[in-house]
Amino acid sequence: MSHAAQAVPAHYTSMGLNSRKMGFWAFIGSECLLFGTLISTYLVYQGRSVSGPTPSQILNIPVTSISTFDLLMSSLWMVLALAAVQRGDMKWAKVWLLGVAIGGSIFLGFQVYEFTSFVREGLTMQANLFGCTFFILTGTHGAHVTVGVLWMLTLWVRAMQGKLGPEHAMTVEIAGLYWHFVDVIWIVIFTLVYLLHK
Amino acid sequence: MSGGHAMQETHAVEHPHPTAGTYIRVAVILTVLTVLEVGVFYVPVFHPVLVPVLLTLSAVKFAIVVMFYMHLKMDSRFFTFLFGGPLLLAAAVMLGLLFLFGVVALKS
Repeated sequence: MSHAAQAVPAHYTSMGLNSRKMGFWAFIGSECLLFGTLISTYLVYQGRSVSGPTPSQILNIPVTSISTFDLLMSSLWMVLALAAVQRGDMKWAKVWLLGVAIGGSIFLGFQVYEFTSFVREGLTMQANLFGCTFFILTGTHGAHVTVGVLWMLTLWVRAMQGKLGPEHAMTVEIAGLYWHFVDVIWIVIFTLVYLLHK
Repeated sequence: MSGGHAMQETHAVEHPHPTAGTYIRVAVILTVLTVLEVGVFYVPVFHPVLVPVLLTLSAVKFAIVVMFYMHLKMDSRFFTFLFGGPLLLAAAVMLGLLFLFGVVALKS
């Protein structure tokens, strides 16, 4: 019945920091290294494919710009969801959390459309170095978005059940950290892979 | 009891998050920067400076999201260290590999 009864007890480190939040920042740091490696691999092999399709032949900048805008807006909805949870406005928290999940799903829809159209045009993992590194990089990012969407839906369901309240603000904030990290990684991928392609 | 009291005192380092208005202003700035990125890509006059301009715009967007949406601007500096340390390491590894494989080279 009561939110407080089910709230995760807060544990603080000797530095006075929330231990869950600190652990999650450390996880995000490790994710920086994972994506740094994948982006490096993509850049190292960029322009070294001996056969097509090449990025300039196949990348669809207008479509990807729309999906990038969608992901940016979902980040706005995420912080609005957190602000709503913090002030105890669960009606709007539910709206924004569902909005984030829908925004993420739309992004994934764009990615599925992009991948299938690329495969139809002959770009597969086996086609060339570009295909291999592109699908691994953007596919890993897409997998992260998928996890994020499932996480947001879980929070939304808990909110609908009345099991999410202001005392769970840290739970929502940590989910938000994950979502924004996925967003900043896409900011980098969009520039390096799509706009600065060779 | 006194230990619990001490704990209460030590976790007073978290600062208030920005307001919804600030979040919306940040979203507008991010949208404008994204439009600029795509615009620069399509306007031929910018092509000689495409790489530095796009990298700068991307870095600014990255920093804005991390500072305001991920709250690093107002949170503990230790979180900035936890994120910034691996980020710098990843950037160093990336630059090292790009030099090693000859993707970028120093002019002699």
